[in-house]
Amino acid sequence: MADTLSFSLVSPASEVFSGEVDHVIAPGAEGEFGVLPNHAPFMTTLKNGVVRILSTGKDDMRVFARGGFADVTPAGLTILAEEAVDLASVAPEEIDSEIERSRLELKSRGDDEPGNARLVEHISYLEDLRAAI
Amino acid sequence: MASLKELKGRISSVKSTQKITKAKQMVAAAKLKRAQEAAEASRPYAARLAAVIANLTAAAASGGEGGPKLLSGSGREDTHLLLVMTAERGLCGGFNANTVKRAKQEIGELRAAGKTVKIITIGKKGREQLGREYGDMFVDHVDLSDVKGNDFTEAALGLGRELARRFEDGEFDVATLVFSEFRNVLSQVPVTRQLIPAKPPEDAETIDLKGAIYEYEPSEEEILETLLPRYLNTQILSGMLESAAGEQAASMTAMDNATRNAGELIDDLSLQYNRARQAQITKELIEIISGAEAL
Repeated sequence: MADTLSFSLVSPASEVFSGEVDHVIAPGAEGEFGVLPNHAPFMTTLKNGVVRILSTGKDDMRVFARGGFADVTPAGLTILAEEAVDLASVAPEEIDSEIERSRLELKSRGDDEPGNARLVEHISYLEDLRAAI
Repeated sequence: MASLKELKGRISSVKSTQKITKAKQMVAAAKLKRAQEAAEASRPYAARLAAVIANLTAAAASGGEGGPKLLSGSGREDTHLLLVMTAERGLCGGFNANTVKRAKQEIGELRAAGKTVKIITIGKKGREQLGREYGDMFVDHVDLSDVKGNDFTEAALGLGRELARRFEDGEFDVATLVFSEFRNVLSQVPVTRQLIPAKPPEDAETIDLKGAIYEYEPSEEEILETLLPRYLNTQILSGMLESAAGEQAASMTAMDNATRNAGELIDDLSLQYNRARQAQITKELIEIISGAEAL
Protein backbone atom coordinates (compact mmCIF):
# COMPACT_ATOMS: atom_id res chain seq x y z
CA MET A 1 0.00 0.00 0.00
CA ALA A 2 1.31 3.36 -0.92
CA ASP A 3 1.83 5.55 2.09
CA THR A 4 2.17 8.73 0.08
CA LEU A 5 -0.32 10.43 -2.15
CA SER A 6 0.62 11.32 -5.69
CA PHE A 7 -0.72 14.77 -6.25
CA SER A 8 -0.72 17.10 -9.21
CA LEU A 9 -2.11 20.57 -9.59
CA VAL A 10 -2.39 21.82 -13.14
CA SER A 11 -3.69 24.99 -14.71
CA PRO A 12 -3.94 25.72 -18.45
CA ALA A 13 -0.82 27.87 -18.18
CA SER A 14 1.43 25.41 -16.38
CA GLU A 15 1.79 22.41 -14.11
CA VAL A 16 2.03 24.09 -10.71
CA PHE A 17 2.83 21.04 -8.66
CA SER A 18 3.44 17.39 -9.27
CA GLY A 19 4.85 14.86 -6.86
CA GLU A 20 4.39 12.64 -3.81
CA VAL A 21 2.90 14.24 -0.71
CA ASP A 22 1.39 13.17 2.61
CA HIS A 23 -1.71 15.24 2.85
CA VAL A 24 -3.60 17.80 0.80
CA ILE A 25 -6.28 20.11 2.15
CA ALA A 26 -8.54 21.74 -0.42
CA PRO A 27 -11.56 24.07 -0.25
CA GLY A 28 -14.40 21.97 -1.66
CA ALA A 29 -17.63 23.52 -2.88
CA GLU A 30 -19.42 21.96 0.10
CA GLY A 31 -16.70 22.48 2.66
CA GLU A 32 -13.01 22.05 3.16
CA PHE A 33 -11.71 18.52 2.87
CA GLY A 34 -8.44 16.72 3.37
CA VAL A 35 -7.10 13.93 1.22
CA LEU A 36 -4.77 11.30 2.65
CA PRO A 37 -3.25 8.34 0.82
CA ASN A 38 -5.79 5.63 -0.15
CA HIS A 39 -8.73 7.98 -0.12
CA ALA A 40 -11.93 6.67 -1.66
CA PRO A 41 -12.73 7.89 -5.22
CA PHE A 42 -14.23 11.31 -4.96
CA MET A 43 -14.91 14.21 -7.25
CA THR A 44 -15.82 17.76 -6.39
CA THR A 45 -15.68 21.33 -7.58
CA LEU A 46 -13.64 23.78 -5.52
CA LYS A 47 -14.31 27.23 -4.22
CA ASN A 48 -11.71 29.89 -4.90
CA GLY A 49 -9.22 29.50 -2.14
CA VAL A 50 -6.04 28.03 -0.82
CA VAL A 51 -4.96 24.46 -1.41
CA ARG A 52 -2.51 23.34 1.26
CA ILE A 53 0.04 20.68 0.47
CA LEU A 54 1.62 18.97 3.46
CA SER A 55 4.56 16.65 3.36
CA THR A 56 6.87 15.62 6.15
CA GLY A 57 10.30 17.17 6.19
CA LYS A 58 9.18 20.03 3.98
CA ASP A 59 7.48 23.33 4.58
CA ASP A 60 3.78 23.41 3.77
CA MET A 61 3.08 24.69 0.31
CA ARG A 62 0.09 26.95 -0.17
CA VAL A 63 -1.36 27.41 -3.62
CA PHE A 64 -4.19 29.74 -4.46
CA ALA A 65 -6.57 28.19 -6.97
CA ARG A 66 -9.47 29.72 -8.87
CA GLY A 67 -12.13 27.76 -10.71
CA GLY A 68 -10.81 24.51 -9.38
CA PHE A 69 -11.91 20.94 -9.59
CA ALA A 70 -10.57 17.95 -7.67
CA ASP A 71 -10.52 14.31 -8.70
CA VAL A 72 -9.48 11.63 -6.22
CA THR A 73 -8.79 8.19 -7.66
CA PRO A 74 -6.82 5.21 -6.39
CA ALA A 75 -3.97 6.61 -8.48
CA GLY A 76 -3.90 9.88 -6.56
CA LEU A 77 -5.33 13.36 -6.44
CA THR A 78 -5.55 15.73 -9.37
CA ILE A 79 -6.64 19.33 -9.05
CA LEU A 80 -7.45 21.21 -12.22
CA ALA A 81 -7.66 24.95 -11.76
CA GLU A 82 -8.33 27.73 -14.23
CA GLU A 83 -5.72 29.80 -12.47
CA ALA A 84 -3.28 28.75 -9.77
CA VAL A 85 -0.36 30.46 -8.08
CA ASP A 86 2.05 29.36 -5.41
CA LEU A 87 1.56 31.86 -2.60
CA ALA A 88 5.26 31.73 -1.75
CA SER A 89 6.08 33.13 -5.17
CA VAL A 90 3.91 36.26 -5.03
CA ALA A 91 4.58 39.49 -3.23
CA PRO A 92 1.60 41.32 -1.67
CA GLU A 93 2.83 44.67 -3.01
CA GLU A 94 2.83 43.36 -6.58
CA ILE A 95 -0.75 42.20 -6.23
CA ASP A 96 -1.78 45.53 -4.76
CA SER A 97 -0.30 47.40 -7.68
CA GLU A 98 -1.83 44.93 -10.14
CA ILE A 99 -5.26 45.46 -8.56
CA GLU A 100 -4.75 49.22 -8.78
CA ARG A 101 -3.69 48.98 -12.43
CA SER A 102 -6.61 46.75 -13.41
CA ARG A 103 -9.09 49.07 -11.70
CA LEU A 104 -7.70 52.07 -13.55
CA GLU A 105 -7.92 50.19 -16.82
CA LEU A 106 -11.53 49.24 -16.13
CA LYS A 107 -12.36 52.89 -15.39
CA SER A 108 -10.72 54.08 -18.59
CA ARG A 109 -12.78 51.66 -20.67
CA GLY A 110 -16.19 52.25 -22.18
CA ASP A 111 -19.25 50.71 -20.58
CA ASP A 112 -19.81 47.78 -22.87
CA GLU A 113 -16.44 47.05 -24.31
CA PRO A 114 -15.73 43.35 -24.78
CA GLY A 115 -13.42 41.99 -22.13
CA ASN A 116 -14.89 44.08 -19.31
CA ALA A 117 -16.42 41.05 -17.66
CA ARG A 118 -13.11 39.32 -17.79
CA LEU A 119 -11.37 42.27 -16.20
CA VAL A 120 -13.90 42.42 -13.38
CA GLU A 121 -13.38 38.71 -12.83
CA HIS A 122 -9.64 39.23 -12.85
CA ILE A 123 -9.90 41.94 -10.19
CA SER A 124 -12.05 39.81 -7.91
CA TYR A 125 -9.56 36.98 -8.37
CA LEU A 126 -6.71 39.29 -7.38
CA GLU A 127 -8.63 40.51 -4.35
CA ASP A 128 -9.27 36.95 -3.21
CA LEU A 129 -5.64 36.19 -3.77
CA ARG A 130 -4.56 39.23 -1.78
CA ALA A 131 -6.84 38.21 1.07
CA ALA A 132 -5.38 34.71 1.08
CA ILE A 133 -1.83 35.86 1.75
CA MET B 1 22.64 35.86 -73.25
CA ALA B 2 21.44 38.58 -70.91
CA SER B 3 23.56 41.68 -70.74
CA LEU B 4 25.91 42.31 -67.84
CA LYS B 5 23.74 45.09 -66.53
CA GLU B 6 20.62 42.91 -66.53
CA LEU B 7 22.42 40.12 -64.68
CA LYS B 8 23.69 42.57 -62.09
CA GLY B 9 20.18 43.86 -61.55
CA ARG B 10 18.80 40.38 -61.10
CA ILE B 11 21.52 39.40 -58.65
CA SER B 12 20.86 42.40 -56.45
CA SER B 13 17.10 41.85 -56.53
CA VAL B 14 17.47 38.19 -55.50
CA LYS B 15 19.85 39.29 -52.77
CA SER B 16 17.34 41.68 -51.28
CA THR B 17 14.64 39.00 -51.45
CA GLN B 18 16.98 36.68 -49.63
CA LYS B 19 17.47 39.25 -46.90
CA ILE B 20 13.72 39.47 -46.39
CA THR B 21 13.18 35.71 -46.28
CA LYS B 22 16.11 35.34 -43.92
CA ALA B 23 14.67 37.98 -41.58
CA LYS B 24 11.23 36.32 -41.74
CA GLN B 25 12.78 32.99 -40.94
CA MET B 26 14.48 34.39 -37.86
CA VAL B 27 11.32 36.11 -36.67
CA ALA B 28 9.39 32.85 -37.15
CA ALA B 29 12.03 30.92 -35.22
CA ALA B 30 11.77 33.29 -32.26
CA LYS B 31 7.96 33.23 -32.36
CA LEU B 32 7.95 29.47 -32.74
CA LYS B 33 9.87 29.04 -29.52
CA ARG B 34 7.29 31.03 -27.56
CA ALA B 35 4.34 29.43 -29.32
CA GLN B 36 5.75 25.97 -28.77
CA GLU B 37 6.28 26.64 -25.07
CA ALA B 38 2.72 27.90 -24.74
CA ALA B 39 1.34 24.88 -26.59
CA GLU B 40 3.35 22.45 -24.51
CA ALA B 41 2.47 24.15 -21.22
CA SER B 42 -1.22 23.73 -21.96
CA ARG B 43 -0.98 20.03 -22.70
CA PRO B 44 -0.97 18.55 -19.15
CA TYR B 45 -4.15 20.44 -18.26
CA ALA B 46 -5.92 19.39 -21.42
CA ALA B 47 -4.83 15.78 -20.98
CA ARG B 48 -5.95 15.62 -17.34
CA LEU B 49 -9.25 17.25 -18.11
CA ALA B 50 -9.79 14.77 -20.94
CA ALA B 51 -9.04 11.90 -18.54
CA VAL B 52 -11.52 13.25 -15.98
CA ILE B 53 -14.19 13.71 -18.63
CA ALA B 54 -13.54 10.19 -19.88
CA ASN B 55 -13.97 8.89 -16.34
CA LEU B 56 -17.14 10.85 -15.80
CA THR B 57 -18.69 9.86 -19.09
CA ALA B 58 -17.91 6.21 -18.44
CA ALA B 59 -19.69 6.56 -15.10
CA ALA B 60 -22.56 8.52 -16.63
CA ALA B 61 -22.98 5.95 -19.40
CA SER B 62 -23.23 3.11 -16.93
CA GLY B 63 -25.86 5.10 -15.05
CA GLY B 64 -27.96 5.04 -18.19
CA GLU B 65 -29.44 8.56 -17.98
CA GLY B 66 -29.05 11.12 -20.75
CA GLY B 67 -26.75 13.56 -19.05
CA PRO B 68 -26.17 17.15 -20.17
CA LYS B 69 -26.79 17.97 -23.80
CA LEU B 70 -23.22 19.06 -24.46
CA LEU B 71 -22.30 15.44 -23.80
CA SER B 72 -25.22 13.47 -25.17
CA GLY B 73 -25.89 15.71 -28.17
CA SER B 74 -29.18 16.95 -29.48
CA GLY B 75 -30.29 13.49 -30.54
CA ARG B 76 -29.85 14.31 -34.21
CA GLU B 77 -26.95 14.45 -36.61
CA ASP B 78 -28.40 16.52 -39.42
CA THR B 79 -26.55 19.78 -39.18
CA HIS B 80 -22.80 19.80 -38.86
CA LEU B 81 -20.83 22.85 -37.87
CA LEU B 82 -17.21 22.88 -38.98
CA LEU B 83 -14.75 25.21 -37.33
CA VAL B 84 -11.84 25.65 -39.69
CA MET B 85 -8.78 27.03 -38.00
CA THR B 86 -6.05 28.56 -40.15
CA ALA B 87 -3.45 31.29 -39.85
CA GLU B 88 -4.00 35.02 -40.24
CA ARG B 89 -1.00 35.32 -42.52
CA GLY B 90 0.45 33.54 -45.48
CA LEU B 91 4.10 32.86 -46.26
CA CYS B 92 4.02 29.62 -44.33
CA GLY B 93 4.29 27.02 -47.07
CA GLY B 94 1.44 24.58 -47.38
CA PHE B 95 0.20 25.10 -43.83
CA ASN B 96 -3.07 26.84 -44.66
CA ALA B 97 -3.63 24.95 -47.89
CA ASN B 98 -3.31 21.60 -46.11
CA THR B 99 -5.79 22.53 -43.41
CA VAL B 100 -8.23 23.85 -46.00
CA LYS B 101 -7.82 20.68 -48.05
CA ARG B 102 -8.71 18.61 -45.03
CA ALA B 103 -11.73 20.82 -44.36
CA LYS B 104 -12.89 20.47 -47.98
CA GLN B 105 -12.59 16.71 -47.76
CA GLU B 106 -14.68 16.77 -44.59
CA ILE B 107 -17.29 19.03 -46.20
CA GLY B 108 -17.43 16.75 -49.22
CA GLU B 109 -18.00 13.65 -47.10
CA LEU B 110 -20.69 15.28 -44.99
CA ARG B 111 -22.51 16.59 -48.03
CA ALA B 112 -22.34 13.21 -49.73
CA ALA B 113 -23.99 11.80 -46.61
CA GLY B 114 -26.79 14.33 -47.03
CA LYS B 115 -25.96 16.50 -44.02
CA THR B 116 -26.30 20.25 -43.82
CA VAL B 117 -22.93 21.89 -43.31
CA LYS B 118 -22.25 25.24 -41.67
CA ILE B 119 -18.82 26.75 -41.37
CA ILE B 120 -17.17 29.05 -38.87
CA THR B 121 -13.75 30.15 -40.00
CA ILE B 122 -11.01 31.07 -37.57
CA GLY B 123 -8.18 32.96 -39.20
CA LYS B 124 -8.28 34.99 -42.39
CA LYS B 125 -6.54 32.60 -44.77
CA GLY B 126 -9.05 29.80 -44.42
CA ARG B 127 -11.91 32.21 -45.01
CA GLU B 128 -10.32 33.44 -48.23
CA GLN B 129 -9.61 29.98 -49.54
CA LEU B 130 -12.95 28.41 -48.59
CA GLY B 131 -14.94 31.49 -49.53
CA ARG B 132 -14.68 30.84 -53.25
CA GLU B 133 -16.46 27.52 -53.08
CA TYR B 134 -18.37 27.46 -49.83
CA GLY B 135 -19.01 31.13 -49.05
CA ASP B 136 -22.73 30.53 -48.65
CA MET B 137 -22.15 28.13 -45.74
CA PHE B 138 -20.30 30.65 -43.60
CA VAL B 139 -22.10 31.55 -40.42
CA ASP B 140 -19.37 33.37 -38.55
CA HIS B 141 -15.72 34.33 -38.55
CA VAL B 142 -13.24 34.69 -35.70
CA ASP B 143 -10.46 37.18 -36.24
CA LEU B 144 -7.28 36.38 -34.36
CA SER B 145 -5.15 39.17 -35.78
CA ASP B 146 -5.60 41.30 -32.63
CA VAL B 147 -4.30 38.59 -30.34
CA LYS B 148 -0.99 39.59 -28.88
CA GLY B 149 1.63 37.02 -28.03
CA ASN B 150 0.00 33.67 -27.48
CA ASP B 151 -2.79 34.79 -25.21
CA PHE B 152 -5.69 33.12 -26.92
CA THR B 153 -7.62 32.63 -23.69
CA GLU B 154 -10.13 35.37 -24.33
CA ALA B 155 -10.69 34.41 -27.96
CA ALA B 156 -11.18 30.77 -26.96
CA LEU B 157 -13.60 31.65 -24.17
CA GLY B 158 -15.59 33.88 -26.49
CA LEU B 159 -15.82 31.23 -29.16
CA GLY B 160 -16.71 28.59 -26.56
CA ARG B 161 -19.59 30.69 -25.26
CA GLU B 162 -20.75 31.43 -28.78
CA LEU B 163 -20.74 27.74 -29.66
CA ALA B 164 -22.66 26.79 -26.54
CA ARG B 165 -25.25 29.47 -27.33
CA ARG B 166 -25.65 28.35 -30.94
CA PHE B 167 -26.00 24.78 -29.76
CA GLU B 168 -28.68 25.76 -27.23
CA ASP B 169 -30.53 27.57 -30.00
CA GLY B 170 -30.44 24.38 -32.04
CA GLU B 171 -28.40 25.87 -34.87
CA PHE B 172 -26.36 22.70 -35.25
CA ASP B 173 -26.15 19.15 -33.93
CA VAL B 174 -22.48 18.29 -34.22
CA ALA B 175 -19.49 20.64 -34.03
CA THR B 176 -16.11 19.61 -35.32
CA LEU B 177 -12.85 21.52 -35.21
CA VAL B 178 -10.45 21.24 -38.15
CA PHE B 179 -6.96 22.44 -37.37
CA SER B 180 -3.31 21.59 -37.84
CA GLU B 181 -1.77 19.77 -34.95
CA PHE B 182 1.79 20.66 -34.11
CA ARG B 183 3.80 17.42 -34.06
CA ASN B 184 7.27 18.90 -34.48
CA VAL B 185 8.98 21.64 -36.44
CA LEU B 186 8.84 19.67 -39.67
CA SER B 187 5.42 18.17 -39.40
CA GLN B 188 2.05 19.76 -38.83
CA VAL B 189 -0.81 17.41 -39.46
CA PRO B 190 -4.35 18.59 -40.22
CA VAL B 191 -6.71 16.78 -37.85
CA THR B 192 -10.37 16.93 -36.88
CA ARG B 193 -11.65 16.97 -33.33
CA GLN B 194 -15.28 16.62 -32.36
CA LEU B 195 -16.28 19.31 -29.87
CA ILE B 196 -20.01 18.84 -29.45
CA PRO B 197 -21.23 16.35 -28.36
CA ALA B 198 -18.12 16.13 -26.21
CA LYS B 199 -16.13 13.06 -27.03
CA PRO B 200 -13.12 12.34 -24.82
CA PRO B 201 -10.17 10.96 -26.77
CA GLU B 202 -10.21 7.18 -26.93
CA ASP B 203 -6.64 7.00 -25.70
CA ALA B 204 -7.39 9.01 -22.55
CA GLU B 205 -6.16 7.13 -19.53
CA THR B 206 -9.05 5.77 -17.54
CA ILE B 207 -8.33 4.81 -14.00
CA ASP B 208 -9.27 1.47 -12.57
CA LEU B 209 -11.33 2.17 -9.49
CA LYS B 210 -10.91 -1.38 -8.18
CA GLY B 211 -14.63 -1.71 -7.68
CA ALA B 212 -14.98 1.43 -5.59
CA ILE B 213 -17.76 3.88 -6.34
CA TYR B 214 -17.17 7.55 -7.04
CA GLU B 215 -18.64 10.08 -4.70
CA TYR B 216 -19.65 13.36 -6.22
CA GLU B 217 -19.94 16.73 -4.57
CA PRO B 218 -22.24 18.53 -5.23
CA SER B 219 -23.61 16.02 -7.75
CA GLU B 220 -22.49 14.26 -10.88
CA GLU B 221 -24.71 16.39 -13.09
CA GLU B 222 -23.54 19.65 -11.58
CA ILE B 223 -19.91 18.67 -11.96
CA LEU B 224 -20.46 17.71 -15.57
CA GLU B 225 -22.29 20.95 -16.14
CA THR B 226 -19.35 23.03 -14.92
CA LEU B 227 -16.72 20.84 -16.52
CA LEU B 228 -18.16 20.40 -20.00
CA PRO B 229 -18.06 24.07 -21.03
CA ARG B 230 -14.56 24.21 -19.63
CA TYR B 231 -13.59 21.16 -21.62
CA LEU B 232 -14.99 22.79 -24.73
CA ASN B 233 -12.98 25.98 -24.07
CA THR B 234 -9.84 24.02 -23.34
CA GLN B 235 -10.14 22.11 -26.60
CA ILE B 236 -10.60 25.28 -28.60
CA LEU B 237 -7.73 26.95 -26.77
CA SER B 238 -5.39 24.03 -27.26
CA GLY B 239 -6.36 23.96 -30.93
CA MET B 240 -5.49 27.63 -31.24
CA LEU B 241 -2.16 27.16 -29.50
CA GLU B 242 -1.25 24.15 -31.60
CA SER B 243 -2.24 25.95 -34.73
CA ALA B 244 -0.20 29.02 -33.79
CA ALA B 245 2.89 26.91 -33.11
CA GLY B 246 2.33 25.02 -36.35
CA GLU B 247 2.02 28.22 -38.34
CA GLN B 248 5.33 29.53 -37.06
CA ALA B 249 7.04 26.20 -37.65
CA ALA B 250 5.69 26.01 -41.20
CA SER B 251 6.66 29.61 -41.80
CA MET B 252 10.16 28.98 -40.53
CA THR B 253 10.62 25.95 -42.77
CA ALA B 254 9.17 27.72 -45.80
CA MET B 255 11.37 30.77 -45.29
CA ASP B 256 14.42 28.58 -44.74
CA ASN B 257 13.77 26.89 -48.08
CA ALA B 258 13.21 30.23 -49.76
CA THR B 259 16.48 31.57 -48.37
CA ARG B 260 18.32 28.52 -49.62
CA ASN B 261 16.72 28.76 -53.06
CA ALA B 262 17.69 32.40 -53.27
CA GLY B 263 21.26 31.44 -52.38
CA GLU B 264 21.35 28.88 -55.19
CA LEU B 265 19.89 31.37 -57.60
CA ILE B 266 22.51 33.94 -56.63
CA ASP B 267 25.29 31.39 -57.20
CA ASP B 268 23.91 30.53 -60.66
CA LEU B 269 23.51 34.15 -61.63
CA SER B 270 26.97 35.08 -60.34
CA LEU B 271 28.47 32.31 -62.44
CA GLN B 272 26.62 33.55 -65.50
CA TYR B 273 27.66 37.09 -64.72
CA ASN B 274 31.34 36.18 -64.37
CA ARG B 275 31.28 34.15 -67.58
CA ALA B 276 29.69 36.99 -69.48
CA ARG B 277 32.23 39.43 -68.10
CA GLN B 278 35.10 37.12 -69.03
CA ALA B 279 33.68 36.68 -72.53
CA GLN B 280 33.51 40.40 -72.99
CA ILE B 281 37.11 40.93 -71.84
CA THR B 282 38.28 38.21 -74.19
CA LYS B 283 36.34 39.77 -77.02
CA GLU B 284 37.89 43.17 -76.38
CA LEU B 285 41.39 41.67 -76.26
CA ILE B 286 40.83 39.87 -79.56
CA GLU B 287 39.67 43.10 -81.10
CA ILE B 288 42.79 44.96 -79.91
CA ILE B 289 45.17 42.20 -80.98
CA SER B 290 43.61 41.71 -84.41
CA GLY B 291 43.62 45.48 -84.86
CA ALA B 292 47.36 45.58 -84.06
CA GLU B 293 48.08 42.66 -86.41
CA ALA B 294 46.31 44.36 -89.27
CA LEU B 295 48.76 47.25 -89.14
